[in-house]
Amino acid sequence: MLRIIANRALVAIPTLILVSMMIFGLQKMLPGDPVMAMAGEDQNPQVIATLRLKYHLDEPVPVQYALWVKAILHGDLGASLRTDVPVTKLIAQKLPVTLQLAVMAMIFAIGIGLPLGVLSAANKGKALDYGANVLALTGMSIPNFWLGIILIFLVSVKWQLLPSSGYVSPTEDFWLSIKTMLMPAFVLGAALGAQLMRHTRSAMLSVLRSDYIRTARAKGLLRGTVVVKHGFRNALIPIVTVLALLFGELLAGAVLTEQVFTIPGFGKLVVDAVFNRDYAVVQGVVLVTAVGFIVVNLFADVLYVLLNPRLRKS
Amino acid sequence: MRKIMLAAVIAASVGSSTVMAQSNSTIRIGLQDDIGTLDPARSSQVVDRIVFSSLCNSLVDIGPDLKVVPMLATSWSMSADNKTLTFKLRHGVKFHDDEPFNAAAVKANLDRARSMPASNRKSELASIDHVDVVDEFTVAIVLKAPDAALLATLTDRAGMMLAPKTLTDDASVSTHPVCSGPYKFVERVQNDRVVLEKFAGYWDADKYPIQKVIFQPIPDSTVRLANLRSGSLDMLERLAPSDVASVKSDKNLNFISMSGLGFYDLTFNVSNGPRAPKAFKDKRVRQAFELAIDRDAINQVIGGGIFSPIGQAIPSNSPYFDASIKTTKRDIPKAKALLKAAGFEQLNVELTFGNNTVSNQMAQMLQAMLSEAGINLKLRPTDYAAALNASTKGDFELLYLGWSGRTDPDGNLHQFVTCKGNLNYGRYCNPDVDKLLDDARVKATVAERKPVYDAAQKILADEDPIIYLYAQPWPYALSKKVQGFTPYPDGLIRLRGVSIKG
Repeated sequence: MLRIIANRALVAIPTLILVSMMIFGLQKMLPGDPVMAMAGEDQNPQVIATLRLKYHLDEPVPVQYALWVKAILHGDLGASLRTDVPVTKLIAQKLPVTLQLAVMAMIFAIGIGLPLGVLSAANKGKALDYGANVLALTGMSIPNFWLGIILIFLVSVKWQLLPSSGYVSPTEDFWLSIKTMLMPAFVLGAALGAQLMRHTRSAMLSVLRSDYIRTARAKGLLRGTVVVKHGFRNALIPIVTVLALLFGELLAGAVLTEQVFTIPGFGKLVVDAVFNRDYAVVQGVVLVTAVGFIVVNLFADVLYVLLNPRLRKS
Repeated sequence: MRKIMLAAVIAASVGSSTVMAQSNSTIRIGLQDDIGTLDPARSSQVVDRIVFSSLCNSLVDIGPDLKVVPMLATSWSMSADNKTLTFKLRHGVKFHDDEPFNAAAVKANLDRARSMPASNRKSELASIDHVDVVDEFTVAIVLKAPDAALLATLTDRAGMMLAPKTLTDDASVSTHPVCSGPYKFVERVQNDRVVLEKFAGYWDADKYPIQKVIFQPIPDSTVRLANLRSGSLDMLERLAPSDVASVKSDKNLNFISMSGLGFYDLTFNVSNGPRAPKAFKDKRVRQAFELAIDRDAINQVIGGGIFSPIGQAIPSNSPYFDASIKTTKRDIPKAKALLKAAGFEQLNVELTFGNNTVSNQMAQMLQAMLSEAGINLKLRPTDYAAALNASTKGDFELLYLGWSGRTDPDGNLHQFVTCKGNLNYGRYCNPDVDKLLDDARVKATVAERKPVYDAAQKILADEDPIIYLYAQPWPYALSKKVQGFTPYPDGLIRLRGVSIKG
């Protein structure tokens, strides 16, 4: 088990190096210049020159990259070019926000996707199956930002049930925090839930066709028991794979959702940083996200082994 | 059990009533952009100034009529040679850390803003030779050469005073500024909010009924308005023009708009690098563009009635406004005739603009209007940072850009149209204009300066290096609960006298 984890972790290192190079390179290819963005509408040439010197932007790109990597290895992600706040502090501030959003969205996605997927597979070809499929297709087709704005209009402006946007920390006011996050989490979770439902359904269908399911039914086990105990458990492996992949989509979706609901999380941080050419922040956030993605996938690999004893020997 | 529940209910109701009382004295203001640095010396965004106006005090301020009024300085005088500006300072003013405000503090702040490497105020304060502390409450600013714009400059960030003890640590000023304004800094969560609370030791504290100010940047105008309607905000700035009608008809909201100091314009690349089209060197071509544009239609279709058409860089509420320069009325036959006289039947031009909803609509409308005169506009939307980059490098033909405006006419003209002007992206150059605008800087009074600006503006209106389209508007939407708000042409939200009822 430990060997598997160690192996995967080793493979992650070159991935990370590649990712860091890509983050840095793509960033430099963006038109526009952080120093000019910082100098604002005044565009004072003296200020531009000073800042360029201060942030080593006059050095060749490989030198800048080396300086950045050296700093990271010392645990220093730099400071926001715009506000002077250290990037590590920004990440510590924003990460819990996006994690809360992601976890709540996942709860929605799993809460909707798994039961619907299992139910529709067990009732293949019946009205329930069609209904669930229509729901899933709708969920996948509706754009995040549109659903968000419609919900804000209905739930917050018209019915005044939930706060329309923003963020409250759970340590400050737990219930208000959950209430504020409910709509965005639903918006983000709905699309994922729809995909999860489709994958669960197809995984379940292929499992339910296997011989051992027929045998289990033949020996007189209840249909429900067969579906849940024998079917669902075996369908879980592809589902876990999908869940790990969906995590990436979750982060991408969070960027949009956070814009619509003005949630001060990772997504909003990185979008604003890109528009302001705040290199240090973009690099730091994307790097941490990439690490997060790698860790989640590592976790999924470990989970396979736990779910499927056959994998333990190899 | 029942007792416990009863107690809980009472506790909850008491709790909620105190929450109500607190929320009554809190104002939540929705901003269009996220705030940048909180250091007035380094700030480069318009939105920063809105926060500063509650947090910091300047030496002097402007009134709604753009006249300079006392703030931290109670009176001022200019020496006979126009080279020494002396301020008498207000007594009994304290910074948020209880340091006293005095002449030494003014000197420390101005010296820092003039010398700090990353200061965005350097060019605004470039005319200052040195600052003298005359006595505890008198400070003299000695100039290298007369600078008529300096007093107006000191109403803004260049004149904002920070506590002297905090000036040694630039990073801390930027994240936790200590000023002398009516509200002191509590916290800032980037992209989310800046919280200020009332400073009990403020010299004019009884004029500020609001106890707590929360600024929330919400860039999406639809979401910003939804927040106001749902009660999560009490007021917002820069309402989208497309929402003006719906806010006006909303019985829970007030709409207040003010024509600002700034403008939106089309800059011709006359001679900035190889991309400058030859056609643009001919003023008849530039005039043809001007004649093909219908500013009233823009105001009605895109502006929701708040994009006041303009024909010059100086705002209409300024004493320097030249009423004899009229906005050009649309005249397609004349535009075509001018193009033909310059040797063009058809003209293909690329328009570069920082992309957002309004600028996108604007570009499309310009495209439609100009096509009738035989000018084919190709649209090149970029994000704002890329547009800035392109403009400096001369990587554009025609540029749509905005300027937030300055109180003194110098700030709206000199750097844009003088040959070496820092923001002269099109590199238009006319020594006569340079001479006039330089001259206006060293004259002292409105009566002396006005004819000089008029002369310069007459040339510019004829040569058209920049087409001024409409004045930057400052539209606000407010909950009916917010009372006593007065808009100013500089767009700042001054909370003096503002209260929340109900």
